[in-house]
Amino acid sequence: MTIGNIWIEAKSSYAFLERNFHLCKRYFGWEIVFLVYTTVNTLTIGLIGKSMGSDENTLYLIIGALLWSFLSTLFHEVAETISWERWEGTLEYTFMAPVHRLTHLLGVCTYAIIYGLLRSILVLIMTVFFFHLNLVGANLIGAFLVMGASCLPFIGMGLGAAVLPLMSPEKGSQATHIIQGIILLVSGVYYSIEYLPGWLRPLSYISPATYTLQGVRGALLNSVPTRALLPEILILVLAGVILIPAGYKIFLAGERYAKRHGKLKRSG
Amino acid sequence: MYAIECQDVKKVFRKRKENGKVKRPLLKRLFKPGREVVKAIDGISFQVEQGEIFGILGPNGSGKSTLIRMLSTLLYPDAGVATILGHDVVKEVGKVQRLINRVSVDAAFFKKLSAYENLLYTARLYGVPLKDMKTTAQAILQKLDFDPKRFFDPLEDFSRGMQQKVAIARALLTQPIVILLDEPTTGLDPKSKRDVQAFIREVNQEHGATVILTTHDMDEADKLCRRIAIIDGGKFIQLGTATELKALVADKHENPTLEDVFLDLTGKKLVKEDEEQT
Repeated sequence: MTIGNIWIEAKSSYAFLERNFHLCKRYFGWEIVFLVYTTVNTLTIGLIGKSMGSDENTLYLIIGALLWSFLSTLFHEVAETISWERWEGTLEYTFMAPVHRLTHLLGVCTYAIIYGLLRSILVLIMTVFFFHLNLVGANLIGAFLVMGASCLPFIGMGLGAAVLPLMSPEKGSQATHIIQGIILLVSGVYYSIEYLPGWLRPLSYISPATYTLQGVRGALLNSVPTRALLPEILILVLAGVILIPAGYKIFLAGERYAKRHGKLKRSG
Repeated sequence: MYAIECQDVKKVFRKRKENGKVKRPLLKRLFKPGREVVKAIDGISFQVEQGEIFGILGPNGSGKSTLIRMLSTLLYPDAGVATILGHDVVKEVGKVQRLINRVSVDAAFFKKLSAYENLLYTARLYGVPLKDMKTTAQAILQKLDFDPKRFFDPLEDFSRGMQQKVAIARALLTQPIVILLDEPTTGLDPKSKRDVQAFIREVNQEHGATVILTTHDMDEADKLCRRIAIIDGGKFIQLGTATELKALVADKHENPTLEDVFLDLTGKKLVKEDEEQT
């Protein structure tokens, strides 16, 4: 691939990013609604910690809520890309365009990261003001590094899940919500995974969110130095290195299935 | 080289059989669902010359859209080979996609976005420079009698006719060599229909684009198409110029129309989609 070709593909990838931000602008009312809901949700969960009389519990829960907000947004934006295009009636048009599927998905994932970050930063600002949070001494750089590394496996999982609505328009979308729910349950978002029943705990160990939460909480609550966060960061990067190509291959296989069985139509 | 060539193309769908009268036991429904085989395309072979407007006339469910989807690289044939300018639609997807564009019966847009934003998306996808996008799109829309003041309004505020004009502008923005028009004038008001038909003729005559046009409208097929294929049950029943097709039934009808041809060959009435909905 020449530099010229890479530039062309980058511009095509930007098409998806720009399109999605145009849609954000047009659905601005709904964006405000989701932002308010996410903020209220985070504040409510933080207040549970406050009601227990412990600042540490408050911060523990807030970190869980904020991180889950970011990671679930990332997963949702990638996993629902097919469902949403099918609902708009543009799925066939997008799949007919002379754009590598990797370029398409790269554009979608880039948008998901930027959108997720923007929303999470806004919620974080409101949360800091609401609770007068004091993060002096916290390892913010370490926390951001862990968060950055966590994007990789979540993108990989999102790519794999995005194939479900390709294969079954209605049930596929329902399945991605179930997957998201399971990740929420087993990853220690609002509680330590030790409280999970024994038979569920193996799922915690394979959920990338578990290591994300452990790493970020360590950095912010216990000021764990960045070097000590390397195990979590490496696990997340390794998970991403495995899940992204796997998710992409699954997506391509799903696309071939959809084209064989006529599933790209609006009604599937 | 032919613009489009199909050799014995077939497509079968297996649909879940719903028997409303007899309720089958749950386990049987889960593990041995009844499947009905539907031959959507049943051995179609044809060629379209470069620069030709080729019509496909057929009732709903005859396989027109399925054929268009296959040529658009959205559906794999189960058998046979389909090529666009010599490129296989399955094996050389990227090359085919650069040569074609499609206008479907439902304008496939992001309805909340404006015409400008939708066309901008297309321009970026297809590598059309922005300056060219604005000039070309506005020139096409002007010819289609589109109000330029509405270029930045959300498409959901437009009538179907206006949306379809934007869809045509979008398809032509990429300067395709082969244009696939799947019932582009269905549901349009008479003036919009005339504008679109005139534009199709112009694009073909001035730019040499090859056009495949599926339609319910006999007059449209007669006016625009050099040759017409009549499709029913996934097969081409007959193929020829309008004159040749009418000659087939000349012994039964004085001044036969394409409707007479269609009725005699298929035994069915070609009901327009907008008539079916009333």
